[in-house]
Amino acid sequence: MSAINQSGWRPEMTPERRSNEATFTGNRALMLEEALIFEIGSLDTTGVDFAEAPKAASRLGGLERHKDIGLPGLSEPEAVRHYTRLSRQNYAIDLGLFPLGSCTMKHNPRLNERMARLPGFADVHPLQPVDTVQGAFEVIHQLAHWLVTLTGMHSVAMSPKAGAHGELCGVLAIRAALDAKGQQSRKVLLVPESAHGTNPATAAFAGFSVEDIPATEAGRVDLEALKARLGPDVAGVMITNPNTCGLFEPDMKAISDAVHAAGGYVYCDGANFNAIVGRVRPGDLGIDAMHINLHKTFSTPHGGGGPGSGPVVLSAALAPYAPLPFVEEQDGKFILIEEETAGEHHADSFGRMVSFHGQMGMFTRALTYILSHGADGLRQVAEDSVLNANYVLRSLEDVLDAPFANSGPCMHEAIFSDKGLPEGFSTLDIAKGLIDEGFHPMTVYFPLVVHGAMLVEPTETESKAALDQFIGACRSVAERAKAGDAALKSAPHFAPRRRLDETQAARKPVLVWKEPAQAEAAE
Amino acid sequence: MSRYFTEDHEWIDLDGEIATVGITDYAQSQLGDIVFVEVPEDGKQVAKGDDAAVVESVKAASDVYAPVSGTVIEGNPALEGEPALVNEDPEGDGWFFKMTLSDTSELDSLMDEAAYADFVSKL
Amino acid sequence: MRYLPLTPNDRQAMLAAVGAAAIDDLFVDVPEAARLSGPIAGLPLHASELAVERHMTKLAARNLSAGAAPFFIGCGAYKHHVPASVDHIIQRGEFLTAYTPYQPEIAQGTLQVMFEFQTQVARLLGTDVANASMYDGSTACWEAIGMARRITKRAKAILSGGLHPHYVSVANTMAKYTGDQLVTALPELTAEPDTARLIGMIDDETSCVVVQYPDILGRIGDLTELAAACQAKKALLVAVVTEPVALGACRSPGEMGADIVVGEGQSIGVGLQFGGPYVGLFGCKDKYVRQMPGRLCGETQDAEGKRGFVLTLSTREQHIRREKATSNICTSSVLCALAWSIHMTLLGEKGLRQLAALNHAGASAAAERLAQVSGVELVTPAFFNEFTLKLSKEARPIVRELADKGILAGVSLGRLYPGEDALANGLVVAVTENTTAEDVETLASALEEVLA
Repeated sequence: MSAINQSGWRPEMTPERRSNEATFTGNRALMLEEALIFEIGSLDTTGVDFAEAPKAASRLGGLERHKDIGLPGLSEPEAVRHYTRLSRQNYAIDLGLFPLGSCTMKHNPRLNERMARLPGFADVHPLQPVDTVQGAFEVIHQLAHWLVTLTGMHSVAMSPKAGAHGELCGVLAIRAALDAKGQQSRKVLLVPESAHGTNPATAAFAGFSVEDIPATEAGRVDLEALKARLGPDVAGVMITNPNTCGLFEPDMKAISDAVHAAGGYVYCDGANFNAIVGRVRPGDLGIDAMHINLHKTFSTPHGGGGPGSGPVVLSAALAPYAPLPFVEEQDGKFILIEEETAGEHHADSFGRMVSFHGQMGMFTRALTYILSHGADGLRQVAEDSVLNANYVLRSLEDVLDAPFANSGPCMHEAIFSDKGLPEGFSTLDIAKGLIDEGFHPMTVYFPLVVHGAMLVEPTETESKAALDQFIGACRSVAERAKAGDAALKSAPHFAPRRRLDETQAARKPVLVWKEPAQAEAAE
Repeated sequence: MSRYFTEDHEWIDLDGEIATVGITDYAQSQLGDIVFVEVPEDGKQVAKGDDAAVVESVKAASDVYAPVSGTVIEGNPALEGEPALVNEDPEGDGWFFKMTLSDTSELDSLMDEAAYADFVSKL
Repeated sequence: MRYLPLTPNDRQAMLAAVGAAAIDDLFVDVPEAARLSGPIAGLPLHASELAVERHMTKLAARNLSAGAAPFFIGCGAYKHHVPASVDHIIQRGEFLTAYTPYQPEIAQGTLQVMFEFQTQVARLLGTDVANASMYDGSTACWEAIGMARRITKRAKAILSGGLHPHYVSVANTMAKYTGDQLVTALPELTAEPDTARLIGMIDDETSCVVVQYPDILGRIGDLTELAAACQAKKALLVAVVTEPVALGACRSPGEMGADIVVGEGQSIGVGLQFGGPYVGLFGCKDKYVRQMPGRLCGETQDAEGKRGFVLTLSTREQHIRREKATSNICTSSVLCALAWSIHMTLLGEKGLRQLAALNHAGASAAAERLAQVSGVELVTPAFFNEFTLKLSKEARPIVRELADKGILAGVSLGRLYPGEDALANGLVVAVTENTTAEDVETLASALEEVLA
């Protein structure tokens, strides 16, 4: 045999650990630090080539900009690397289970992305003559048909831009309906304490005052207390169903009937529609308005904080007040109902909420998702999401306090609390411990009705193996907390950053980058 | 000079005509790191129980109520740049505002130091 | 079903584990009468990727896309070339499929992008600070009016006639329910924006003056005097920018004294998308930051002293302040903000200025050429990349007629202001780097033909 090559591939496995030693770059192998564009770019660099603009007399009316704006540029390779490096500091559904309760972080099918990018959808101007955009209107029309049918409601307003914007649409429709009846004095919206913060914020944004609806021990709306509060000053209720404790409101129909009997309307926060899509139609429960987060139930990507889309399904009672614009089919052609075309037929619309027609890019994705699943697949979505959540609930209730575990099955999310953890350990430590285990934490400290809440929504796109691994990680972290493992108090240890000082950020806000000299001068 | 306390964890000192209002040490310990305080404008008229100031930690915002009725004469200017004063010295330099009282008898319904200590011990 | 990983065996095992005999047992809280026994009748069942792609492609083919025609439409949304790398990067799963960065230790990517975006936006608009995005320009505009009310404690807003009519409509909708008083006006086919008229209207009740720059007809005018007039009456100046590329050539509203500057960011990085999703820009002076709506990202340090970023000043927001929040906004438009920021980084100062110069030169040449057409008059002498023509005939039918010929000629004022005779002959034409000299020639010849 020939001589052995001593510089062969097999690395020496030295016993010394080097992992805690600083590197020259600050990087740790694949964990790469990245400076700000203001530190690496320059005003003279650009990643886009343009033809020289022809010399011509300026028509800017003397408003030419002379001073530097201060926008650094990067060449394309530098830019691609900058953002790719940054992307790797993010957790994402594509990396693993993302159990944020109330957020429905399910897999985002890539066909949806491809369809949204067809030039016929992506490269169409909202003010093109309507004859040139019939396909776009047909997408809106088809999606609207699905949403109305799945919810058993009368009609749908498509233009709201996100869930909270949909809530606004719903409560404005309620306001308009009451005003039309001369009932301006109905100014109170009843909202349970467990509601998303957007509910009371929206009510106030639209000029309502907000009062609390008490909950029962079992985590549901207290029907009798609600009935007792109804009266001539109450405009309606805003109820989340399934609610934010992950429980279905079994009295929903009775609540609706009581509110209607007292002259009010029922708004339903549809953030949790995923649990019941294809199995329950909100219209059968007496609801007057409900927004649907296309970026939750119908899987348009959340994108790190939007864009979302929040169409609002409406009962026959509220439909006349729906916002403009909307699409109608007339004689085989789609027309746009705007201020101009509202006419007598739509004279009661409360007006426009956005420029143009809503989140078209989300409509194409959601319709693609819906057509892929079909009526049977959507029903399976609800079933699997509920099954997955119950599986998590029953697999963890012996190690984490589960306040409603005894009141029956949960819907698509399971709620836990930090009750029973030793002194000094809280929900935050469980959450940060999960980060080290390679998971995004659940929603923490929400809803407010459960102290130290942990709200877990696995969604239907998780396999049993993924759930089992997550359950194992939760059990391990919970047991570490119970054993008083101090290392948990300073977790995460393996993330791109350790715990961040939010107090400093809020006391002395630094919201834009300043040149170091400037920053010092400002001190 | 005497100090009174409310069940909402405000304290009020009366020195002659002028009262000073702040939040108690117990309140600041419950709130955690204070990051911002919004004090009332000079001249603001407040009735007992009205929202008079706002105190914010990172994850919470709480209203501070007027312990008695009267007119605000000064907000604590130091809190704008240094809200941490409320954590460090809540019942001293971390005061919120000074006011004149419209009805000194309203003080009678408030707690003295011993009563407040007893109240807090039962929370 | 390709998106659902549970197998029938998994489902059986998991049902057994949770102590349920059948899936229906988990829906016991739903009243019997409201339970559906099977897939909703009349709706199609699941379909293959191929089948869905065919369906959607057919629908897309029924639209005339902007890139397939000589294209001159603007009025709040503009066709610019977006570099290929922008779309590539925003489709990285770590950006696309992340949530709002509530856990900063594992969201530094999104957070740093937000911080860079805020800085870029503030610099472009000429404001001290900017937030991490709103839904779009129209909703950002209403939020600015509400913010001015909170700051000034006054409720009368004066809206320029040059403000996009959809933005006015959105504000009108909201004002009906919030008690704000809006003073509105129609635009006039005049050379100058209505700045002088606005100055004369400001009084001690005015919370703000809202002015668009460039305005709906494409006109630009100096805001300095208006800003001073607002300040003299302790009112705020809100400037609205629907074409941010303009700020690569023109002085920023902030530089001219605007207190709040909002905008539609679509032009940079986002694409037309038939009206959404877009990205609202929102900047203001430092002293008003606690009255701002929306997410804000701030710089801080981690436990090891490394620089990091977090969402901050959250006590303004709905999830903490509930009914006392500055706005109800939650999900905004962060992925579009990412696209905006990437595009802006690729451009840089140099590229943005070149882009703006190209747009302006192209628009100037087009305006000159079109004004030569008999029956066409250029209304707006000073503009950036969009100008208004007055035709000898009503513009709306002409736009439709030209669309039939495959030319997307611009926006007729009859579409935006139906029933307003004084505006009916107005045509707003936008010219960007996408517009070729041939496109302009095609439009000029077609106009000649239809106006003859």
